[in-house]
Amino acid sequence: MDPMAAIKQTFFQECEEQLVELESGLLRMEDGDDDLETVNAVFRAVHSIKGGAGAFGFDELVEFVHVFETTLDLIRSAKLAATPAVTKTLLRASDVLADLVRAAREDGSADAGAVKVIADELSALLGGAPRHGDDDGKVSVEALDFQPVCISLDSIFDIGEPEAPATQDFIVRFKPSAGLYAKANESLRLLRELGSLGEMSVECDISEIPQLTELDPEGAYLCWTIRLTTTASEAEVREVFEFVEWDCELSVETADVGKLLEALQESLEPHEAPEAPVAVAEPKQTSVAIDPAPASFAAPSDEHPAAAKAESAKGEGSGSVQATIRVDLDRVDRLINLVGELVINQAMLSQRVSEAGLSRASSVVIGLDELEQLTRDIQDSVMAIRAQPVKPVFQRMSRTVREVASMTGKAVRLVMDGETTEVDKTVIERLTDPLTHMIRNAVDHGIEKAEDRIAAGKPEEGSLRLSATHRSGRIVIEVADDGAGINRARVRQIAVSKGLIPAEANLTDDEIDNLIFLPGFSTASSVSNISGRGVGMDVVKRAIQALGGRISISSVPGRGSTFSMSLPLTLAVLDGMVVTVGGQTLVIPLTAIIETLQPKKESVHELGTGSRVIATRNTFTPLIDVGAVLLYRDEPIEPTSQVALLVESESGAKCALLVDAIQGQRQVVIKSLETNYGHVHGIAAATILGDGRVALILDVDAIVARPRADMIVAEMPAAAE
Amino acid sequence: MSKTILTVDDSRTMREMLMLALSDAGFSVVQAEDGVHGLEVLEKATPDVIVTDINMPRMDGFGFIEGVRRHEKHRGVPILVLTTESDGEKKDRARRAGATGWIVKPFNPVKLVDAIRRVAV
Repeated sequence: MDPMAAIKQTFFQECEEQLVELESGLLRMEDGDDDLETVNAVFRAVHSIKGGAGAFGFDELVEFVHVFETTLDLIRSAKLAATPAVTKTLLRASDVLADLVRAAREDGSADAGAVKVIADELSALLGGAPRHGDDDGKVSVEALDFQPVCISLDSIFDIGEPEAPATQDFIVRFKPSAGLYAKANESLRLLRELGSLGEMSVECDISEIPQLTELDPEGAYLCWTIRLTTTASEAEVREVFEFVEWDCELSVETADVGKLLEALQESLEPHEAPEAPVAVAEPKQTSVAIDPAPASFAAPSDEHPAAAKAESAKGEGSGSVQATIRVDLDRVDRLINLVGELVINQAMLSQRVSEAGLSRASSVVIGLDELEQLTRDIQDSVMAIRAQPVKPVFQRMSRTVREVASMTGKAVRLVMDGETTEVDKTVIERLTDPLTHMIRNAVDHGIEKAEDRIAAGKPEEGSLRLSATHRSGRIVIEVADDGAGINRARVRQIAVSKGLIPAEANLTDDEIDNLIFLPGFSTASSVSNISGRGVGMDVVKRAIQALGGRISISSVPGRGSTFSMSLPLTLAVLDGMVVTVGGQTLVIPLTAIIETLQPKKESVHELGTGSRVIATRNTFTPLIDVGAVLLYRDEPIEPTSQVALLVESESGAKCALLVDAIQGQRQVVIKSLETNYGHVHGIAAATILGDGRVALILDVDAIVARPRADMIVAEMPAAAE
Repeated sequence: MSKTILTVDDSRTMREMLMLALSDAGFSVVQAEDGVHGLEVLEKATPDVIVTDINMPRMDGFGFIEGVRRHEKHRGVPILVLTTESDGEKKDRARRAGATGWIVKPFNPVKLVDAIRRVAV
C-alpha cells in the first residue's frame, strides 16, 4: 500500500478512537465532572483530529474542528463555563465531527446545513465570529507573522528584462547570548547557513573572552560581523536567525547604510566599549554556571562516536517498544487459524496415543496432557487478541439516543454498564447495526412522552440501560427501557391483521411479545423515519442469529421492556455435540440443543403427509430424520431406535432431530466450507476431529426451516387441538 | 552514521507521518508517545535531534522540553517543537522552556527535514 494511504488509514482509526474519547469525556462533563484533566482529554482529542486533518488537507473538517477546538480551549482556560446547555452543544458538535470524519473517509460530504448550525452555535459561544489562528483563546499578534520584506526598486523597474539576479551586500551583526546555546542552538550552524546564501566574509570579535579562570563554560563571549553578498532578500537573511532572534543581538543592514553606521559606530566606540554587555544570560542559566565537565553543545555523537553509535542503536530498539502494538487483522486471523490447526493436531495426537494403549502414567501421556493444557492456553490467549471491549459500540449508542430523543421530543438518559466486557472484534463490528436499531426502537416506541410519564407517576426523563456481561462463555447484552412495555393487545391485533397468527390463536404473554420478531411485523402505524426505515425487529433478530446469538424480550406493562441478546465470545470455535448419523459424524451446535430424548413408540405420531411429530411437554414437535434430510439413507428409520435432540432454531422454531447416537460434547474449530468447497444446504461449516476425520457442522436453522409447512401446524400448542 | 531523531507525539497519525518523512530522509527514528515516555526513551537512546508535539497527555511538550534541558546527558540536544499555525503564544512558551526551534503543522516533509538540518550540525 502507498505509505500515505496507510497513514491515512491510521488517521481514520485514530479519529474513531479520539471520537470515542471525546464523547466519553463530554458525557462525563455532562454528568458534572469538571476535572481539568477531563477537559484536557476532550481538548486533546479534538486537537489531535485537527492535526491529522490538516496534514491530509481535509479542509471542511479542519474548519469545523478549529471552531470546536477554540470553544474547548475557552472552557479549558475557564473563560467559558461548561453549563449543561454548553455541553449539550458540544455533544452535538461531536456528532457533527463524527459525520465530517466519516465524510472525509468516504470522500463524501456531510450535511452542510447541520454542520453550519452547530458551527454557528459554537461561534456564538465564542462570542461572535470564529477566530482564526488563535489556539489559546487570546489574540496572538505573532500569528500574523509580519516580517519586513526588502523590495528592490531595481527589480521593479526592470520588470521587462530577463531576471538578472540582483545581488546586494548586507552587514549582519550577530551577538548571541548564553540562552541561545542553552537552547541547543549553535552559532557555527547559523553562520554556515548564512554562508549558503551567498559569499560572505566573517569577522569574529573575541575581545570579550575573559581569563580562563573567569570563563564560564556556558557563557557567550563571541560576536560576529558578517558581510554577505547575496541575491537573497533581507527577510531571507533574517530567517536564518528565526529560531534565535530572542537570544541574540542582531542587526541586518544593507551595506551602504551599514558602512555609514560602521563609521558612526567607530566614532562612538571608545564610549561604548566599557558598558558593552557580556552575555545576557537568563537567570536560570546562571545557576549552572560552573560545570566541571563542560557540556558540549555539539551533538554528543561528536564526543564519543563509537559509544554514541552503540547507544543509539540500542535506543532504536528500546525506544520503539510500546505498551501496545497494532497488528494487521489478517495476521491475527492467520495465527488463530494456525492455533486451530494446532488444537486439531494435538487432539489427533492424543487420540493416537490413547489408541496405542499406553498407560495413563506413561511419560508420553503425561507430556501430552501438558501439551493439551498449553494448547488450550495458547488458544485462549490468541482468542483474547481479537477480543475488544464493547465500549466503542456502546458509546456510539449514546449518540443514537440523543438523536432519537431530540427527534421525538423525549428526554432520555442512557446508562451504560459493563462497557469493558470483551468480545470478538467481528462480533463487535456486526453488533452496531442491530443495537442501533434496538436503541432507536426503545426510545421511539418504548419510552413514553414526558406528559404520559408524569401521568403514570414516573420521572419525566426516561431511562435506557445498556449493559454487557459475560455469562457461561457467552456475552449477554441487554437493552432495558423503563417505558410503557409492550402493548400486547395491540401487538396481537396487528399480528392477526397481518395474517401472522390466526385470529383465534391462544398465545401466552411471552409468545405475544415474541411476535414482534416476526418478519413483516411493525407496530408503528406509519413507518417513522426513526425506527422505521422499512426494517423490523426481524432484521435485528436475523443479524444476531447470523452471529450465532439469540435474542429474547421480556416486558412488564407500564414498567418497560428488556431485550436480551446472548452472543458467542468468538466465531472461531464452537461448542458442539458430536453425533453419528448414517455412519457419518456430525457436529450440532450446543447452543441450539434444548434437550435430548429417547423417542417412545406412543409419543411419535404420523401425519398424513409422511412427516412425523413427537409429543413432548404437551406440544407436538416435528420430528426430522437428519439422515434422510442429508440423503445419508433413503429408507425411513424407526424413531425408537434413535436418539432425538430437541433443538431450537434461531428463529425460535423447535424441532426434534433424529440421530443414530451421541458421541459426546466437544469444542471444535470452525473451518469454513465455503472457502474450501462451496455452500452445502443444511451444513454450516466443517471441523476436523481428533481422529483426523472431517466432521460437518449442522446448520440447524436450515434443517429446521426445511419442512416449514408441516411445522406451522405442528407448532400450535397441543392443547389447542 | 545516520542521525537519530526522537519524535514525541501522542497522535499515531503524526508518528507515522514523522516516521515516514524522517526515514525517507535517511534518519534513524526513535518514537515516544508523550513527554513521560519521551524522557524514558532518553534513558536509553541518544538522539541527535528531538521533535516534539505540545499537546500530549501525562506530560505536555513544555514539561518535556524542560525535562530534557535539565537532563544531565541530553540537555544539549536541539529540540524542535511542532506547533499548529504560527501560534505565537505557544512558540513563546516553548522557547522559554528551552526549545531550539519550531515546525509549523501541517508540516511538509521538506520543511521538516530542513528544520532538522538547520539545528543539527
